[in-house]
Amino acid sequence: MPSPIAETLAVLLLGATLGWAIIRPRGLPEAVVAVPAAGLLLVLGVLPLGQAGSEARSLAPTIGFLAAVLVLASLCDRYGLFEAAGSWMAAGSRGRPVSLLALVFAAASVVTAVLSLDATVVLLTPVVFATVARLRLRAKPHVYACTHLANSASLLLPVSNLTNLLAFGASGLSFARFGATMALPWLAAIGVEWLVLRRFFAGDLVGRGETHAVTQLPVPVFPTIVVALTLAGFFVTSALNVSPAFAALAGAVVLAVPAIATRRTGVQNVALALDLPFLAFVLALGLIVKAISLHGLGSVVTHLVPGGAGLGSLLAIAALAAVLSNVINNLPAALLLLPAVSGAGAGPVLAVLIGVNTGPNLTYVGSLATLLWRRVLIRRGEELPISEFLRLGALTVPPVLVTATLALWISLRLVG
Amino acid sequence: MTSMRIVVWVVEGTWQGCIDAAVRHLPADSRFTLLHVTPSDVTEAADAATAGLFGRGFPGRKPNRRYELVADDEAAKLLAAAAARLGKPDAELVSRSGRVEREVIRAVADGVDVLVVARDGDRSRLGPKSLGHATRFVVDHAPCAVMLVWPDETPGIESIPPPKHGPPPPPPHRRD
Repeated sequence: MPSPIAETLAVLLLGATLGWAIIRPRGLPEAVVAVPAAGLLLVLGVLPLGQAGSEARSLAPTIGFLAAVLVLASLCDRYGLFEAAGSWMAAGSRGRPVSLLALVFAAASVVTAVLSLDATVVLLTPVVFATVARLRLRAKPHVYACTHLANSASLLLPVSNLTNLLAFGASGLSFARFGATMALPWLAAIGVEWLVLRRFFAGDLVGRGETHAVTQLPVPVFPTIVVALTLAGFFVTSALNVSPAFAALAGAVVLAVPAIATRRTGVQNVALALDLPFLAFVLALGLIVKAISLHGLGSVVTHLVPGGAGLGSLLAIAALAAVLSNVINNLPAALLLLPAVSGAGAGPVLAVLIGVNTGPNLTYVGSLATLLWRRVLIRRGEELPISEFLRLGALTVPPVLVTATLALWISLRLVG
Repeated sequence: MTSMRIVVWVVEGTWQGCIDAAVRHLPADSRFTLLHVTPSDVTEAADAATAGLFGRGFPGRKPNRRYELVADDEAAKLLAAAAARLGKPDAELVSRSGRVEREVIRAVADGVDVLVVARDGDRSRLGPKSLGHATRFVVDHAPCAVMLVWPDETPGIESIPPPKHGPPPPPPHRRD
């Protein structure tokens, strides 16, 4: 097939895949279109089998890693870790809204870094919401902090974000070196978010929460220890040149077996948490983007991405990644950009991550397309009250992007 | 004379001040409505964050429904506590959700005499912008008298900033 036609077909299929993933008719999984689309590209020879095989092999550990972390986070929830965290935040704040916000910042940053942004969005945010409501404080600053930090605080470790897992393979860094290099950008991003949110929501951080109804739940010792050991396992396995996915798998198994034995959860719940359709979607999306890269767009992107690893280049790369992730969602943006920078060393790869991870806060739903679709959905009823969130995004994303990239540049000089 | 219709806007963090002011300053035989509005942008933001995940939302969990349930439940408890503090167990309790400032105006659009509102906003910087956005909107657009109360202690007059350097103020008008 001539390259222009192959390229057009692959781009159309990517559009259909992303469109389906955003709209999700009748709640059907993303994989429903993504997998046949990838299959079609294979059958038509747009994506040669050999290339597909090597792409699948390079994605497989990432997908396995993701699956294990999803199960781990879901089991932590079953063991009551997040509920307990909510009660500690309520008690620790003693009802003071600014103290509570600080504790929410700490919890969201740690949960995102260790158990991935998915855990913060799906498991921690509802707990924070309920905690604030029970204290009779205003939910807005705390909920917005969770949604922002799920993105901004996902810079630290390879497990913190699916995009990091994708880059982890491309960067050639060990788990420890990845974390050491990203520690400063992570702290910088959280610091900027704190300064902006604290000021932005000053009017909502008022009053004194009613703590009489708060009971501090005991620490769920077992899952806490397992998560801590799993975290240590990430560093150890990586140092031994074993995929850290195995540490995540071990942690998930250690938590799952007693949970199933004591009927805390069922096998089917663990299987559900694995989210096989989503894993298939990631693989298919990877293959489709690979086909696009092969037929010309790859070289276009390579030309677009600034070369070099100086501060100016890193800033330009991060900004480009942020813009692209707001247009097409950060997952395809990462898949498209990472191959273009992976030859240039760790700096540009990590700058892409700063862009694709912190950029989505600009449109609060991950991409412009998703935002537009939500507007279509809502229009029939109430108007979507989001101007404040968009304003907050516009106030935080540029300074977070610049500060975190500057921190990365310094970090690369310190850590090497 | 028929009794006054009064709406007290109950907001987390500042509601006690409103109730106490209503007890202290308004006729006890008034008909009271206690109003709470759950901001829909907060539940929308929390819900929308899952949309950004591309559907990997720990299947089997529906956090958005949980948000609404929790919000409704806590709003009902808050309104009950407010009615108890007011000493009027028969007060009308109204719980809404939506754009806060617009829902409040809608609630006082017809036949309400007084709306009791707490000052919110950043009270560490008193000045032209010291009212929160929603409160500002309500003060500007409410079609009834608005009673604006300090949620806790009132500031002393020393909170007025010293006059800025610049041209001296015009002399007081002379009365002949």
